[in-house]
Amino acid sequence: MPQPLDYLKETPSQTAGPYVHIGLAPGAAGFEIFHNQLGADIAGPDAAGERISIEGRVLDGTGTAVKDVLIETWQANAAGIHAHPADPRHGEVEPGFRGWGRVVSDFETGRFVIETVKPGAVAGPGGRPMAPHISLWIVARGINLGLQTRICFADEPEANAACPVLGLIEQAHRRETLLAEPAGPGAYRFDVHLQGERETVFFDI
Amino acid sequence: MTVETGAFFMRDRRRHPPALSPSYKTSVARSPRLPLLSLGSTMSEITGPVFGHGDLGPLDNDLIRNFASTGDPVGERIIVHGRVVDERGRGVPHTLLEVWQANAGGRYRHRNDRHLAPIDPNFGGCGRCLTDETGAYAFRTVKPGAYPWRNGANDWRPAHIHISVFGTGFAQRLITQMYFEGDPLIARCPIVQTLPDPAAIEALVAPLDMNAAVPFDSLAYRFDIVLRGRRSTFFENRPEGN
Repeated sequence: MPQPLDYLKETPSQTAGPYVHIGLAPGAAGFEIFHNQLGADIAGPDAAGERISIEGRVLDGTGTAVKDVLIETWQANAAGIHAHPADPRHGEVEPGFRGWGRVVSDFETGRFVIETVKPGAVAGPGGRPMAPHISLWIVARGINLGLQTRICFADEPEANAACPVLGLIEQAHRRETLLAEPAGPGAYRFDVHLQGERETVFFDI
Repeated sequence: MTVETGAFFMRDRRRHPPALSPSYKTSVARSPRLPLLSLGSTMSEITGPVFGHGDLGPLDNDLIRNFASTGDPVGERIIVHGRVVDERGRGVPHTLLEVWQANAGGRYRHRNDRHLAPIDPNFGGCGRCLTDETGAYAFRTVKPGAYPWRNGANDWRPAHIHISVFGTGFAQRLITQMYFEGDPLIARCPIVQTLPDPAAIEALVAPLDMNAAVPFDSLAYRFDIVLRGRRSTFFENRPEGN
């Protein structure tokens, strides 16, 4: 017998369920309890860069809007720097920029809105720049393990064409599922399709 | 504190529920059907939000007191404690845990919960805390009640506490549910049974921990949480994203 490998195993996931708001966004559940609601302000007041607003819905396999979804977002600032000590330039991030946020869909319409600054490009595999992107983590009733995907921007065609992550998507037309479409000054439209012909590309990270 | 920059171990998806779990009916229309795209850890995945004590209030981890107005909430008083470690067994310090749960009668304080059991005016049902430098955490609450839910005609959720945890990188982000030792509803629950591996179910059942109980005050349950490990950077190719 060889020596045993003593790695532990990851705690299994369970669905966030329909009442995820109580724990992660209690204001949306219908009550106030903490002195702040974490994730309400992604970029902070002093962040450089273009202020943008991304509106969309998460749709199930029947085309129905998911009205109890919670999405977390994670991104670099406009200079492509993450507010985290593993980023060697993190000391340059603007005070108040966390780069992380939480949005919940409207209980009636399923509409969500992400308000932030447009991120800069971040170095990816082999040092090649990844297209500007916002990472998403999506949880809801009926989702057993949080889904991970990215928002890229349709108005960055050159960066998208050179992006080593978008380039991993074998079926070229599926790359479009990760592109937010311009919808006016500073405004974008981005829907997530959980299944069906337009199923969003989700990642195994 | 050493800053870890290594890539994450590949996630063992057999440890998790499949996206499509027909006995949990809501998963059917909400489950992706195409293969996930494998992506190594880039800077966007090895980093994640950082939280500090300034984000939290002094009662945030005490669900018995953090919403009370006229007295303590009804229910069996318990302490839930444990450690957050990674797959290498190393404590994950200063990471954010958030919990939410039904009250002792099985009712959530949520605009969409219509269960006939009453709201407890002194119980909000959510809490949060940071792990300490060793990865240890604790909160105090009342034991949640079981409740019926619309899936089968007579399905009931076992008593459970939802737990959200961050870790050091966005790829570690996890939500799970903690169950209580000895609950006969665990084996009957379609959500628990989305887990194909019986050992994975056992990993979600917290044992009664009398050594952590406070005599004449609170019982205690212990629940350890394991997040994905990450590679050491010895002999590593240039880390992706650097």
